[in-house]
Amino acid sequence: MTTDTASIPEQRLTGAHLLVAHVALLGGIVTGLLQGLEHAGFEFPASPYFLQSYYHSVSVHGVLNVLVWTTFFICGFLPFIAARGYAIPLVSLRLGWVTFWVMVVGLVMAAIPLVGNAATVMFTFYPPLKAHWAFYIGLTLVVVGTWLVTLRLALTHRVWRAQHPGARTPLPSFMALVTMTMWTLASIGLAAEMLFMLIPWSLGLVQGTDPLLARTLFWLTGHPIVYFWLLPAYVSWYMLVPRQAGGRLFSDPMARASFLLFLLLSAPLGLHHQVADPGIHEGWKLFQAFLTFAVFFPSLLTFFNVVASLESGARARGGTGLVAWFGRLPWGDPSVAAQILGMLMFCAGGIGGLINASYTVNLVVHNTAYIVGHFHATVGTAVTLTFMGISYWLVPHLAGRGLWSRGMALAQSWLWFSGMLIFSISLHELGLRGMPRRTMISQAAYFQPEWKGLLAWVGVGGTLLFVSGVLYLLNLLLTVTVSRQPAPAVPEFAEPISRAEEGPAMLDRLRPWVVLAVVMIIVAYGPTLARLIAGASFNAPGFRVW
Amino acid sequence: MKNGATVYLYELAWILPSIAIPVGMLAALLVTAFGAGKHVPSVAGRVDPTRVLETAPFDKLGVVQTGPLRYEVRMVGQVWSFTPNEIRVPVGSTVTFIATSRDVIHGLFIPGVNINVMLIPGQVSRVTAHFDRVGEYFIACHEYCGIAHHTMGGKVIVEPRS
Repeated sequence: MTTDTASIPEQRLTGAHLLVAHVALLGGIVTGLLQGLEHAGFEFPASPYFLQSYYHSVSVHGVLNVLVWTTFFICGFLPFIAARGYAIPLVSLRLGWVTFWVMVVGLVMAAIPLVGNAATVMFTFYPPLKAHWAFYIGLTLVVVGTWLVTLRLALTHRVWRAQHPGARTPLPSFMALVTMTMWTLASIGLAAEMLFMLIPWSLGLVQGTDPLLARTLFWLTGHPIVYFWLLPAYVSWYMLVPRQAGGRLFSDPMARASFLLFLLLSAPLGLHHQVADPGIHEGWKLFQAFLTFAVFFPSLLTFFNVVASLESGARARGGTGLVAWFGRLPWGDPSVAAQILGMLMFCAGGIGGLINASYTVNLVVHNTAYIVGHFHATVGTAVTLTFMGISYWLVPHLAGRGLWSRGMALAQSWLWFSGMLIFSISLHELGLRGMPRRTMISQAAYFQPEWKGLLAWVGVGGTLLFVSGVLYLLNLLLTVTVSRQPAPAVPEFAEPISRAEEGPAMLDRLRPWVVLAVVMIIVAYGPTLARLIAGASFNAPGFRVW
Repeated sequence: MKNGATVYLYELAWILPSIAIPVGMLAALLVTAFGAGKHVPSVAGRVDPTRVLETAPFDKLGVVQTGPLRYEVRMVGQVWSFTPNEIRVPVGSTVTFIATSRDVIHGLFIPGVNINVMLIPGQVSRVTAHFDRVGEYFIACHEYCGIAHHTMGGKVIVEPRS
């Protein structure tokens, strides 16, 4: 079904994206360690030459991990997968490199003020905290780069479609295209916030801003961005892990349906991040809470489909029993083990997400350490551990050398999983006991003695995660430099049991679903945004208070 | 799991509960929210963020009794403090906080009584809580607001009725 269509230059392009992603991850785990230790009671080692404050560290940590590590990995991984699915080379390698350099220039522009403590505004950069203009322009360029990735996939799709009229789009390529389309559509909110508000304001072209309008535009993109991180992990869970485990994909039509529902439902629910905001009517908050529950549906479809696919693999390997087959999965393969551990953590993380979105219940957890515990289980483990598992075959393939140490990779995966269990459970509990997030908590004016025991565990978990992250990066570094093992084959895509042709043709269309997605955004956000724009006064001055 | 018809039945057996589970959870949420009359912050007016202290009700900050065991706290957040930052009410009080920010975004968070609202420059926040237990409740700013964010706090002291 698949052939190796990635030419050597195309592989270099994928490798370039992964290199940037991993440099970011290194920065992310170093800052993470220092923050974990601060929570455990050690003094934060602020320095005028490195991290100037705890909050400087948290800003760097957030941007590097959730904006750079994820985005660059995804923009390397999805085109690679799409090309293999189509079994034709992607169009215009030149466009691919232009895209990469747009993203890198943007990253460097944003990184200079960020590292220089001129953008200590967290990765959410809520105005009227005012960062250096280069931070906003830089991040905007990174987003523009992701749009170009979408363009390249769409152009390739057109070429493939001309060659295969009437055929169903290969599922991995379809998933990559849907993911990038969803993201491009949803990123309109962030683009509007940047272009019409933050950039002119930071350049001094306008004097004031409207913080609530900016926040609302931010979260219009800020929730779908989590699906932009998650869906590439789903691509691997659907298309690769079942095959790596010796099984087949249970249902192709159900997988397509699930991705199309994410396209529809990812964006019109960002208000569940603003339940505690004044100035937005509670009725619209409730409406978007409904839609958040609706988006749980495609995640449940994914859960059942992926588990059934894994089960087919485990049974083919001799697994038996109602649940005992789980032990027969290839746990000795670090790529598989890492991703299954990521899936396990996602069960807890996904349910936690529903709790957060539960309207009134949100008042218990909003902006507490509970949320930090939540997203370290989701993007910090389900996504990150899956990307690590992918790297365990992708990096050796790109380097043309085998993985340096399988044992180290297995140890690293389990260490990340157990470190995160300790870290995440402690933070969830601390949040329920009233500890705010994004706070230099050891020095807090309202520090509660009952937090102390759990905070020590945050430090332990953070340290284990750091060690795991170092082992991961070291293993990859040794793989590309000194490994003498032969390069492994790229995992093939899982063959579906229920084929695409058994589902309705509607599940292979994109345009009607995009139209419907736009309608959903207009219905869910239109009235609130129209009211906020009509009432906006753009009179809040900016502050640099760090 | 081999032939198409069986697979279709399996798919259906999953799709139906996948709809039923979120719908059931949503029903539970609605019953608890509306049954208990809980509200989340909503629209409560705007204020010029550069003229907060000259605009009613923020020209007279502090605690005002509005009825028997009913109080209104007019509060402003700024880097890095709340005004007022110590509130005394008798046990059993219903307290409405009317608050905003004079500079960056802050948070007004009082764990244990479900006070959790953002203070956004330009917007008025209005939330209500009941204090049914004698003792001290801490107030924390739970939105990053600059280098000394962790020092921004306060307390509600709930006193026995004399």
